[in-house]
Amino acid sequence: MNWEVIIKWLPRLAQGATLTLELVTIAVIAGLILAIPLGIARSSRHWYVRALPFGYIFFFRGTPLLVQLFLVYYGLAQFDAVRNSAFWPYLRDPFWCTVLTMTLHTAAYIAEILRGALQAIPRGEIEAARALGMSRAKALFYIMLPRAARIGLPAYSNEVILMLKASALASTVTLLELTGMARTIIARTYLPVEIFFAAGLFYLVISFLLVQAFKQLERWLRVDACQGR
Amino acid sequence: MAEATPALEIRDLHKRYGDQEILKGISLTARDGDVISILGSSGSGKSTLLRCINLLENPHQGQILVAGEELRLKAAKNGELVAADNKQINRLRSEIGFVFQNFNLWPHMSILDNIIEAPRRVLGQSKAEAIEHAEALLNKVGIHNKRHSYPAELSGGQQQRAAIARTLAMKPKVILFDEPTSALDPEMVQEVLNVIRALAEEGRTMLLVTHEMGFARQVSSEVIFLHQGLVEEQGTPQQVFENPNSARCKQFMSSNR
Repeated sequence: MNWEVIIKWLPRLAQGATLTLELVTIAVIAGLILAIPLGIARSSRHWYVRALPFGYIFFFRGTPLLVQLFLVYYGLAQFDAVRNSAFWPYLRDPFWCTVLTMTLHTAAYIAEILRGALQAIPRGEIEAARALGMSRAKALFYIMLPRAARIGLPAYSNEVILMLKASALASTVTLLELTGMARTIIARTYLPVEIFFAAGLFYLVISFLLVQAFKQLERWLRVDACQGR
Repeated sequence: MAEATPALEIRDLHKRYGDQEILKGISLTARDGDVISILGSSGSGKSTLLRCINLLENPHQGQILVAGEELRLKAAKNGELVAADNKQINRLRSEIGFVFQNFNLWPHMSILDNIIEAPRRVLGQSKAEAIEHAEALLNKVGIHNKRHSYPAELSGGQQQRAAIARTLAMKPKVILFDEPTSALDPEMVQEVLNVIRALAEEGRTMLLVTHEMGFARQVSSEVIFLHQGLVEEQGTPQQVFENPNSARCKQFMSSNR
């Protein structure tokens, strides 16, 4: 193992890791915001409200992220309407194409997590809210969503870590995030073992920090105290 | 002189699950200050009756009047009656307290937060106002020192007392108790019954579904015995407990002595 090479290229890998973090952070936060209405609609009693989020989730969970990324990055540019639109400066940029795709993709998964969490709330707790005179909307916002957040948090943290690793696909559309940067460095040094090893370490460290952060969040939200009831 | 408007009136209530009729036409009237105990064996429809009153279950037929105001109902596709006016049902529910067998406290909120949530969101009370009222209620049910604890940290009896305080925070006109002590260890039953007894002595209007026969006899102004979805026996505690007319009720009372 050539440690000197690893140390020499660490700053560039750190640069790649920064881009990875940017991609993942934007995607999982924007995805969460998008998933809230989707997940609520997905758990509706009315089929016509459920239908749209169902189709959305079916499409984004049923096709590979890589295919979705290629469709957005290579596909959208074919349409004049897209090239002439106000969004073109963003949609021609691989960074924003990746952010958009990752956001839409993870939103589908998070919406399913939210649906499961909403449906896992013990019925009696919702009845208690309604029996006190809360409307459906008030019960949803003040009781059910905070409760579902605690039920769904462990699954959401899992999804964030999956997205961290899925972000490696961004390297296929020219982005020099952690994996893309590693491949570029290998093209110069011909030392794949060393550089991929170092890149893997970066992923591990980021995962570790994410796990710790979610652990703190779970403690703060008292997730344990809400289980097993 | 016209009689005062009853706090709660139910007329000819029917409810079925599939083909099975659970309630076959129940009527009852609770005047202000009445404590009505509803007795009967399992499956006689006691809890269903209580849950139909604030539409936690939807009846198939009947009328519900709270302080003279009729709850507007409309038929849904499956034949059940549902609230015709969401605003009205939410307002009436806020005036009808409901205490559950399993407490149904929200486990992610402290006891104090459990109590102030509905007064703030439904009655529009300020946080300070709601907290002041909640603290008084927590004193009353004897768990003021637990106000910052979470439901999972409390015993069953304490949780049920917190749930009663949560209901009282809405200043309900009528309180429905659905087997409030059935999920409790025997040694915790008494502390909850003491709270309910204190409420009865305050002159609150209450409907109480219970298996605590001795307690029902002490606190009730009226006792109703349900059997197979009908009112089988109805009267003062003394009459129902000691001198029931119906054979089924006699049998029930003697097996529960």
